[in-house]
Amino acid sequence: MVLAIILVLLVVGSVLFHFLSPWYLTPIASNWDFIDDTLTITFIVCGFVFVVINLFMAYCVYRYRYRKDRRAEYEPENKRMEWWLTVFTTVGVIAMLAPGLFVWAKYVEVPEDARLVEAVGQQWKWSYRYPGVDGILGTVDIRHVDGNNPFGMNPDDPNGQDDVLVSGPEIHLPLGSPVKMLLRSKDVLHDFYVPQIRAKMDLVPGMITYFWFTPTRAGRYDVLCAELCGSGHYSMRSHMVLEEESAFNAWLETQPTFADTQVVKVASAGGSLVEQGQQVAESQGCIGCHSIDGSPGVGPTWKGLAGRTETLADGSTVVVDDEYLMESITAPNASLVAGYPPIMPPYQLDEGTMAALIAYLNSL
Amino acid sequence: MAMTDVAHDAVDYVRPAEIAEEELYHPKTWLGKYVFSQDAKIIALQYSMTAMAVGLIALVLSVLMRLQLGFPSVFSFITPDAYIQFVTMHGMIMVIYLLTALFLGGFGNYLIPLMVGARDMVFPYVNMISYWVYLFAVLLLLASFFVPGGPTGAGWTLYPPQTILPGTPGADWGILLMLISLGFFVIGFTMGGLNYVVTVLQARTRGMTLMRMPLTVWAIFTATVLALFAFPALLVSAVMMTLDSVLGTSFFMPAIVSMGQTLDHSGGSPVLFQHLFWFFGHPEVYIVALPAFGIISELISVHARKNIFGYRLMVWAIVVIGGLSFVVWAHHMYVSGMNPYFGFFFATTTLIIAVPTAIKVYNWVLTLWRGNIRLTVPMLFAIAFVFTFINGGLTGIFLGNVIVDVPLSDTYFVVAHFHMVMAVSPVLAVFGAVYHWYPKITGRMLNETLGKFHFWVTFIGLYCIYYPMHYLGILGVPRRYYANGVTDFIPESAQSLNAGISIAAIIVASTQLVFLYNLAVSATRGKPAGDNPWGATTLEWQTATTPPSHGNFGKELPLVYRWAYDYSVPGAKEDFIPQNVPASSDTGDVR
Repeated sequence: MVLAIILVLLVVGSVLFHFLSPWYLTPIASNWDFIDDTLTITFIVCGFVFVVINLFMAYCVYRYRYRKDRRAEYEPENKRMEWWLTVFTTVGVIAMLAPGLFVWAKYVEVPEDARLVEAVGQQWKWSYRYPGVDGILGTVDIRHVDGNNPFGMNPDDPNGQDDVLVSGPEIHLPLGSPVKMLLRSKDVLHDFYVPQIRAKMDLVPGMITYFWFTPTRAGRYDVLCAELCGSGHYSMRSHMVLEEESAFNAWLETQPTFADTQVVKVASAGGSLVEQGQQVAESQGCIGCHSIDGSPGVGPTWKGLAGRTETLADGSTVVVDDEYLMESITAPNASLVAGYPPIMPPYQLDEGTMAALIAYLNSL
Repeated sequence: MAMTDVAHDAVDYVRPAEIAEEELYHPKTWLGKYVFSQDAKIIALQYSMTAMAVGLIALVLSVLMRLQLGFPSVFSFITPDAYIQFVTMHGMIMVIYLLTALFLGGFGNYLIPLMVGARDMVFPYVNMISYWVYLFAVLLLLASFFVPGGPTGAGWTLYPPQTILPGTPGADWGILLMLISLGFFVIGFTMGGLNYVVTVLQARTRGMTLMRMPLTVWAIFTATVLALFAFPALLVSAVMMTLDSVLGTSFFMPAIVSMGQTLDHSGGSPVLFQHLFWFFGHPEVYIVALPAFGIISELISVHARKNIFGYRLMVWAIVVIGGLSFVVWAHHMYVSGMNPYFGFFFATTTLIIAVPTAIKVYNWVLTLWRGNIRLTVPMLFAIAFVFTFINGGLTGIFLGNVIVDVPLSDTYFVVAHFHMVMAVSPVLAVFGAVYHWYPKITGRMLNETLGKFHFWVTFIGLYCIYYPMHYLGILGVPRRYYANGVTDFIPESAQSLNAGISIAAIIVASTQLVFLYNLAVSATRGKPAGDNPWGATTLEWQTATTPPSHGNFGKELPLVYRWAYDYSVPGAKEDFIPQNVPASSDTGDVR
């Protein structure tokens, strides 16, 4: 009796939770309404089965509870019923699979006029590349990657000279036209994930993966990494800004081309030294591992770092001054703070950039 | 199919033996009887206790994870690295070292010989070695907690390249110990697995045709066959990854710039590893689920006092599910970057599996229908299993249907789904099975009051943990995150939900102590059980002594005259007729 009631309560509670809980799909910002529709169909079919079978089970538990004077029915098989249930289940499965495959066929066929945009992942930051006026992305190779060429652009490829490189924390896209996201990783698996877009795909080192969508709703959305990629996985963030074509074009103009990055060597001009430093910290992905508000992270927090006394891995202590900060950026593993793994890559920054970053660090 | 192979028959005559029985080797020392034992029942207990001990460690790890998720930044010893190490070790221990070992090494060893009417496994010595190799694998795995860098934090899927690169904790020593430990596990399992298969095929007592075997044996047998085919894929991928890590080969490693350093690898394929891993990994789901299916069939039939509904279809469903489980693996990889056209094939095969699986669920429920249901503790757990399995099975349809998987993959929906279907349900089956067979193993009943308390908290608690979790996933909250930080689409309320889930998890976890207490105390102080406390038909309940002695059945092996599910046969005196009772010795059951 109690069990039957609890089973009914769990079924009713589950259904109520579905309709009343504040947690459900985020408002969609792409053309993939079809995905949401298929999800809804699946919910209806599965929800029906869940309710019916469990309520029937609860009924059986109550109706056929043990009585000494009664015998269970002896019926080893019932071919007719078994056939009906099999057919009924098959129909239900087809009702979910058919629309699913129909939408998948759209998902794998990229429109020919789709705009190419590349997202590049590395532990633990995102950067982006747009083809220049020629509409062609230049060739890349992991062997070309160095401090001055983080995208691994082929310096001899004329198609790549005008490619727009965005190391900053944002990817911008225009509304209304389809985008083919090309995905490339420099180190491990990542996954380019914006919940409001619905579509997602892994980045796999050694190959280029892709998916496509059409942005439909203006806004600024979180970009996350959805494939475990090491200590800083949870903090590998960026933002996607969806905006009108004109605003997008204006933004794209302000971003440097590959050729620009090979000539100009200062952090983007404008603003005070501290503001420039903040931009550096964001574009280099520092804040993926080092929090600026004192919360724990993969690396030590930057809040109150300057002047702090840190204990190093070898047991000695050091007072954090500009010299130590500089060493920690250019040779992070030389004097490692105790309790942190030796995983930070060395950064080669030019003098101006370094000064800006140190100024920013001192300001926190 | 010959007449004698029809499921629900009963006969009076069993052909005499063609060869005489050989006497078992009986150990003479205490060490030979209880430590280096070749008795499958002792080996089963060794497997079970080791699995439960290591499972307890994994349980503690899950509580630590929940502490961080429910109350971020409160526990400073849980660093981002420690968190993903907990995630990894929890997953690997639970799936391989607890559930696989417990279902096959534990229940398989105890039940197969008894249920098919054999004196022991056919290769007792190899069976013994199997356990010691398993123990060694467990110790190697646990050793990784004590090496520099700690255990690997690569996730239980161990996806390269990150597994062996410096951005992941345990990339030096932890991962090597994990890979070597897995290698030994596979070797140990293979020894045991060959035993189970050959015993079922060759050592059944006379009259025990394949279509008279209890579904528990069918299920464990099929799961073992799956494991024998699937584990080699894990073994080769572990070997290749070890070579990539130690010798610098490039099976899975493409050209990489890691943390600013250009590595020497080139040309390998991370996706190849995923194919190998899931070629093992998906059958692994059924290696855990099928034994649970079999055990639940047994429990429901015995305690509903009714034959299992559609026995032959149940057997075929087990075999078909087992076969199909080898052609669905890439549904774990819809967004892995593999050729997207694979999606059509794997979504179709995956949803086809829903049909035989649904048949199993229908038949369990139809066994309850018009039964005479005793709500014993094992039965409570069995019904809870069906409830949670329906839930977990249905969410599998979401994830199997390729396009619906795209927004949900790598979110908490996946975490909730696979816990419901291959953690909650199988664990409920394990508990049901322990309450059911404990009287045979010890000769004493488990305390029923404690059992019911354990049941209610565990069942309702687990459902409250995992059901709401699906909705975090639908919202889009990604899995394997140390902290959600400032994320616009995740409302404050999600954190309250996480705190609630964590509290439920802590309550459920601590309630397991009651279960352990019950196990320990009832062994000496429980109510004496007698030989057949549930009134069950299968052979393990018909032994001369309880617990059964070495050799299981005393002087004479039982002969089998009927199928395993003669409950409430019209006209029969009792509401059950054991398998070793001839047709004519009971009134009116001749069909």
